Amino acid sequence: MKTNALSGNSLYLRTPLRSLAVGLHRRPGLLLAVLLGPPLLWFFIIYLGSLLALLWQGFYSFDDFSMRILPQWTLHNYAQIFVKGNFDIVLRTLAMASAVTVAAAVIAFPIAYYMSRYATPSVKAFFYIGVMLPMWASYIVKAYSWTVILAKGGIVYWLLGQLHLTGVLEALLRVPYVGGTTLSTSHLGRFLVFTYIWLPFMVLPIQAALERVPPNLVQASQDLGARGAQTFRYVIWPLAFPGVVAGSIFTFSLTLGDFIIPTLIGPSGLFIGTFVYVQQGAVGNIPMAAAFTVVPIVLIVVYLRIAKRLGAFDAL
Amino acid sequence: MTAAVEFTDVSRFYGSVKAVDGVSIAIADGEFFSMLGPSGSGKTTCLRLIAGFEQPTRGSIRIHGVEAAGVPPFARDVNTVFQDYALFPHMNVRENVGYGLMVKGVEKAERLARSQQALEMVALDGYGERKPAQLSGGQRQRVALARALVNRPRVLLLDEPLGALDLKLREQMQGELKSLQRQLGITFVYVTHDQGEALSMADRVAVFNNGKIEQVDTPRELYMRPATSFVANFVGTSNVIDGDRARVLGGSAQPFSIRPEHVRVSREISFAHDLASVSGVVRDVQYHGATSRIEIDLDGGGRLVASVQNGEGGGALLPATGEAVHAYWSRAAMVPLRDGPA
Repeated sequence: MKTNALSGNSLYLRTPLRSLAVGLHRRPGLLLAVLLGPPLLWFFIIYLGSLLALLWQGFYSFDDFSMRILPQWTLHNYAQIFVKGNFDIVLRTLAMASAVTVAAAVIAFPIAYYMSRYATPSVKAFFYIGVMLPMWASYIVKAYSWTVILAKGGIVYWLLGQLHLTGVLEALLRVPYVGGTTLSTSHLGRFLVFTYIWLPFMVLPIQAALERVPPNLVQASQDLGARGAQTFRYVIWPLAFPGVVAGSIFTFSLTLGDFIIPTLIGPSGLFIGTFVYVQQGAVGNIPMAAAFTVVPIVLIVVYLRIAKRLGAFDAL
Repeated sequence: MTAAVEFTDVSRFYGSVKAVDGVSIAIADGEFFSMLGPSGSGKTTCLRLIAGFEQPTRGSIRIHGVEAAGVPPFARDVNTVFQDYALFPHMNVRENVGYGLMVKGVEKAERLARSQQALEMVALDGYGERKPAQLSGGQRQRVALARALVNRPRVLLLDEPLGALDLKLREQMQGELKSLQRQLGITFVYVTHDQGEALSMADRVAVFNNGKIEQVDTPRELYMRPATSFVANFVGTSNVIDGDRARVLGGSAQPFSIRPEHVRVSREISFAHDLASVSGVVRDVQYHGATSRIEIDLDGGGRLVASVQNGEGGGALLPATGEAVHAYWSRAAMVPLRDGPA
């Protein structure tokens, strides 16, 4: 039997697995198709396809008498968005989403800045867990418990009473567009709960963006004569802005689509989320629900365009 | 005349780590001063102390006669060229260069004119609209230089500014930096771990080791008269001879340094009274073109390195490995060394 230096080496034995690997190596296109095919099918058919099917639904007709969906093309559902009462829903939701986004950014930025610049690794780990822990708890339980916290006779009322600030709260609740009969049925209360629930979605992207700002850029700015506020305005903020925008996409879109918090807390009056819920749940008008689902999508697209104008993605 | 930068017994401790330990130096106005040392020797910390990014644990730093303690970096009349340039990635080249003027409120017309001038000085006019990411390493380096110089600082700090460039570019930039410094008359404080760079550019060099200064001198003195064995070995290569052999050859136990190029190698012994001589066996001969490096295992232990000119013969007469030879040198070339920092 003929022997050579390689034949004794088990590394070069031909096993079925090895033959397969060699075959795939020779046909990189096939390998790519095998690896990438299933996730791409999922992405295009399940993920994007269902969205298109949803948007499609918005063009179907709904017969109010028979309560049936008719396959007749119509723009009626989309036109309904701009009817006075319905457009108020959009404006109400948009105003809340904007307020929640701004508040979350204002609270999140200093925390994220501390985490990325000053915290030691163990303190940072504490903050990571602290920020995310509430996110892991059940969302509905948290929303419910806020109804109790904010209710008359709840802890907030009690605390403000102890501090003799009940008068201030009542004055605040009389402010139009902000107030309500009690804290738990006011716009203010709803705003507090939204801001509480979505905060992690703002902290983490900002923290990640700040983490990527090299510390020596801050030193270079100081070295060139910039005071702290100038360094923040010209160096730190522009470089962290993509993170703020990323976070605000979460807080903005989550508020636009949410229906649980508007149901549990705050005054009556529909949000986009609750309107969609009512349309398809109670009424069964799926075409109308589908048309209203387009609203948050359009608003986010508009928002991203504005963010791009402001230079949100220049530093990417 | 007051010194541009004066350290008086300056220390910077991080817990028990003494990054800078009792350093005193006076850097003259208009001088090209280099801080040379291995990494972790305290040279960069000294630079950061001048820039104001660090505060001394002890001692006093004066910049043009003004006590620097408590003065924040943005209020100091010094600028830094950072090791990795630290250009602002979201600004174009012009905005980067004009940044110092912008934050100081210099009006736009003057700002643009001076930025343009600074870019011309580093041969980068026409690159103003580009982002740092679109530049090569050498170009970024020039932008960093222009960004610092546009502020007309009295002291320019350079932290290993050529470290990331390839050899050819580095040599070219060395020449350009040196002539720029002469032309502007600004004090340059130049941190490097590359002894060749320090020797070729600086008026004076401070050699750092373990947070202390071993020697401050002109490049020529540093090379010809190293004060300690650390300097003798870090600045160029050297044979440091100590112990009994030093006593026999030098007449005292004080160690001395002899440069390889001052060692001659011969097959015959020489008895001239002004020569010191040792014998040994050739361990290795390396051909370097103009010179050859001969390593000799000395009889009685130890090793000696000689660097000999190959001359017209091209090194054909070099001894072979394993051959018994004599190495000798002029007693005048022996430089006595002290143990450590003064």
